[in-house]
Amino acid sequence: MDVPLWLLAIIAFGVINFMLISASVLVYAERKVSAYMQNRPGPNRVGPAGFLQPFADVFKLMFKEDVAPRAASPFVHSLAPVIMVVIAMTVPAMIPFARGVVIVDNSVTVLIILALTSVSVYGVTMAGWSSNSKFSLLGGLRSSAQMISYELSMGLAVASVVLLAGSLSVVEIVEDQSVGGAVLGWNVFRNPLGALIFVITAFAETNRAPFDLPEAEQELVGGYHTEYSGMKFGMFFLAEYVNWFVASFVIVTLFFGGYLLPFEPQILAAYPGLEGSVGLGLLQALCLLVKVGFFVFLFLWVRWTLPRFKYNQLMEIGWKVMLPAALVNVLLIAIAVAVFMG
Amino acid sequence: MLAESLFVMLGTLSVIGALGMLIARNPVSSALWLILTLFCVAGLYLTLSAEFIAVVQVLVYAGAIMVLFLFVIMLLNLGTMPTMKGVGWKKAVGFVLCVVVLTQLVLIGATGLDLLPATEVVDVANAGSATTIAKSLFTRYALAFEVIGILLLVATIGAVMLAKRRFA
Repeated sequence: MDVPLWLLAIIAFGVINFMLISASVLVYAERKVSAYMQNRPGPNRVGPAGFLQPFADVFKLMFKEDVAPRAASPFVHSLAPVIMVVIAMTVPAMIPFARGVVIVDNSVTVLIILALTSVSVYGVTMAGWSSNSKFSLLGGLRSSAQMISYELSMGLAVASVVLLAGSLSVVEIVEDQSVGGAVLGWNVFRNPLGALIFVITAFAETNRAPFDLPEAEQELVGGYHTEYSGMKFGMFFLAEYVNWFVASFVIVTLFFGGYLLPFEPQILAAYPGLEGSVGLGLLQALCLLVKVGFFVFLFLWVRWTLPRFKYNQLMEIGWKVMLPAALVNVLLIAIAVAVFMG
Repeated sequence: MLAESLFVMLGTLSVIGALGMLIARNPVSSALWLILTLFCVAGLYLTLSAEFIAVVQVLVYAGAIMVLFLFVIMLLNLGTMPTMKGVGWKKAVGFVLCVVVLTQLVLIGATGLDLLPATEVVDVANAGSATTIAKSLFTRYALAFEVIGILLLVATIGAVMLAKRRFA
């Protein structure tokens, strides 16, 4: 499908702004949901029901003085938060929001998403190293060890999806899930173990609880961003929330049918006028957002329910449970593809 | 045309990155320069419309191997190396001139003796696709592929054995 460049530019502009605004909405959601889970009201002073609280936080961060440690390596110290934000903002380009609405569509988009995930470790590592502080360095080291350990399982979970779809393009993976009618073609039903592994590794890659060891406050102060203040800290904050949102998008796209409506063939049979119309596109985008909303809530739910892992538990789960399970899963999927689809 | 100018830009940048890696006195800075070079090489693959190789280059070299390098360097906490004694500009200019003259001599010799490889035009649209690579990897080069697999396995087992003997 050939989309004109100006339309792509408009979509890209919309997506970037959507991601930026989503971060502040997510901050509000996190504070409110965690408050209700702990039986307290949460932010309720700024604006109606405290809804303007994240904007107040952003203004505070922007007007704060930017303090950098004297021993810090200045260029790398400033580069690290930029890398985090740029990578977090690049991944949505590969995600189809409705049929034909995607910014980058070539034959290797899944690999690009994986590559961006693995490169984002640099932001954390560089922040930890360049701050020249023990806590930052320990946070950076923990984070890179954690991300390397879970990247393997994540890559293998994605490989099982690629085997099923027979393509490395995200769009084709989504379209491949429309087989089998209704919802049974979604990869979560064809490849449940892969979906579970991917969701868990997504938690680990985004440094969200229970995998938030890189910034464990009780032992590391703030982890890799201890020595950051003002808007540089704000950028880490932004990247964290956008990563969380984007991870939900990737989970839905790869395993929960992406923009596909549940019972799409039946709906199209009932309302033939919908086929290829703008209305269908809007419905698909809405459906994607609803599914993403569920996973965003799942991230919150898990964060405020489960305690943090210990470091040895983290490594044991990564190498002794997730990796063998992911390997076996890929083998099973490969055999199944060879037997049933070959 | 765009591809050519991109090629020149990325090529220059990757050479700068490589030089930076050699000159930097701090191991972490060296590693960061090397990462720049690896990204530029990935960009060079893109200008050759080999998307798959470009992405795999970032994924494997920049994303996995260099992260491990950086991790180990940070863990060992190596100090900075002593700074180099100043290299006189005369020596630097002389070195550059030598390299240029040597390149010219080799090029002239090679063209004169007809040793340059013929530029082979392959199916550009599909040259870099995963399917094409997989096909030749699992048919023509299957044996080499398997041997490399065994080699890596041996290296892994060797590393585990060494680590065990040290700490057991």
